[in-house]
Amino acid sequence: MTEIRTEMAGNVWKILVGRGEEVKAGQELVILESMKMEIPVEAAQSGVVKEVLTEEGSFVDEGQVLMTFEE
Amino acid sequence: MRLNQEWQERVDAVHRGGQEKYHQANAEKGKLPVRERIRLLLDEDVYEEDGLFAAGADRGLPADGVVTGTGKMHGRMVCFMANDSTVKAGSWGPGTVEKIIRIQETAEELGLPMMYLVDSAGARITDQVEMFPNRRGAGRIFHQQIKMSGVVPQVCVLFGPSAAGGAYMPAFCDVVVMVEGNASMYLGSPRMAEMVIGEKVSLEEMGGARMHCSVSGCGDMLAENEEEAILAARTYMTYMPDTWKTKPASTDSKPPVHMENLDQMVPENQNAAFDMLSVIHALVDEDSWFEIKALFAKELLTGFARIDGRVVGIVANQPKQKGGVLFPDSADKAARFIHLCDAFQVPLLFLMDVPGFMIGSKVERAGIIRHGAKMVAAMSQVRVPKLSVIVRKAYGAGLYAMAGPAFEPDWCIALPTAKVAVMGPEAAVNAVYANKIAALPENERAAFIEEKRKEYQEHVDIYHLASELIVDDILPMTKLRSSLAFRLEAVSAKDKKKPAKHNPVYPV
Repeated sequence: MTEIRTEMAGNVWKILVGRGEEVKAGQELVILESMKMEIPVEAAQSGVVKEVLTEEGSFVDEGQVLMTFEE
Repeated sequence: MRLNQEWQERVDAVHRGGQEKYHQANAEKGKLPVRERIRLLLDEDVYEEDGLFAAGADRGLPADGVVTGTGKMHGRMVCFMANDSTVKAGSWGPGTVEKIIRIQETAEELGLPMMYLVDSAGARITDQVEMFPNRRGAGRIFHQQIKMSGVVPQVCVLFGPSAAGGAYMPAFCDVVVMVEGNASMYLGSPRMAEMVIGEKVSLEEMGGARMHCSVSGCGDMLAENEEEAILAARTYMTYMPDTWKTKPASTDSKPPVHMENLDQMVPENQNAAFDMLSVIHALVDEDSWFEIKALFAKELLTGFARIDGRVVGIVANQPKQKGGVLFPDSADKAARFIHLCDAFQVPLLFLMDVPGFMIGSKVERAGIIRHGAKMVAAMSQVRVPKLSVIVRKAYGAGLYAMAGPAFEPDWCIALPTAKVAVMGPEAAVNAVYANKIAALPENERAAFIEEKRKEYQEHVDIYHLASELIVDDILPMTKLRSSLAFRLEAVSAKDKKKPAKHNPVYPV
């Protein structure tokens, strides 16, 4: 199981994938909004989304887990 | 005849190195024999070795575990040292240390680049009095490295451990290439950490190559295997002169890969992410981009390239990573790279798209002000030419850190997408009119904010800034490369004298 963590603090602007969805390495999973910038969060490897642990509009701190997925 | 035969036997014995079982263990880990590494590093088989018979005759430590000498790389003379990990795990005895110091002194004396091929367990504790505390002991190696820093290029390729004190050898080099899986750097081994501070940690987590290249910043390039690592060191040297007194060699110009829609490459929407690497590839000679610290603090790109054959050091914000915001690590990465370019006469090119330095308690506690100040200071005091390009936004101290107009760039050029301001329009309107907005009836607020944002945008419009002579020119992407090439040629004769003082008091 892989955890997708944020690299910087910000607000969750868009969640682009849902539970059970197959994702490819490099695919954008979530877009954060921080420092007025859109911050895409990408999948490091391919896999299937197991759980989405945040929702659009919520604040996330650096290092927080956004979703988990299985390879 | 008899004497020659004895000589040959002795040379062969030294060349065989340590015991067969250590050679086998190395081969299983994908590690090459020490002289094989040297052959890959240098042109063909052209080198002369020193101290071959060190600690040989009665002590049975071939070459005292280190090969030192001079050889040719791309036809240029260089000095090298290379640990032999089959001899007492490449540990440092008195002969090892003396050989390393001597080849360093040769490199300094003759003005030759120094290559360090490191694979060593560190000090040989049984020999410590002879190699640790004395005037020509291990400390002298580091002292010599620091004396040579900025005089001749010093490159480290790390193939195995560089433990405890030995870890400082890569640390004092200009760049460190690490072989994934085998290279490691640490002051205390995992075993020692468990014993002394009770921490349980793997070697890879503690000081593995990937960790150092992506988290600690001690490594500059991560290589998959030894051949790739050695090739990286050779390629790096094509961007370096022999000493600080000369410039890196130019080559023939090679146009960049053709790209469609150059003028649509940078999105107009200031907040949208895009890949700054595509801008770099559109500006530099094909295949000339050589990135330094690609895995560390990715929100800022640093690397060497050629424009029209001329070597240039590029510092660029990467909006695709963390919005291109500057953090303590990215400021640190920039400062280090700027010093490297300044030391070896590599002109700097800054490509700006920066929302500013990160804010919040986390980065304040991490000392973002002093790390940011370190980057600004490094950029400010360079004596090499510096050109800056405002690719898109340049907000707040980000403009300063990236060689904005106040820091005497030779030229500051803007793309039509450029926006320069203390802060973005959203934050600025909020900062100036927060009370007024709050006092307005709710149904009038949105229109008021929109109107003020529009006014603000017009005020910081790039043509307004150009009319005030704040930027020197505005150019579309399609014209940028040829302009930069011309300007780099113009500044190539620049000779900025060192100011009459010892050194600035650096922020870090």
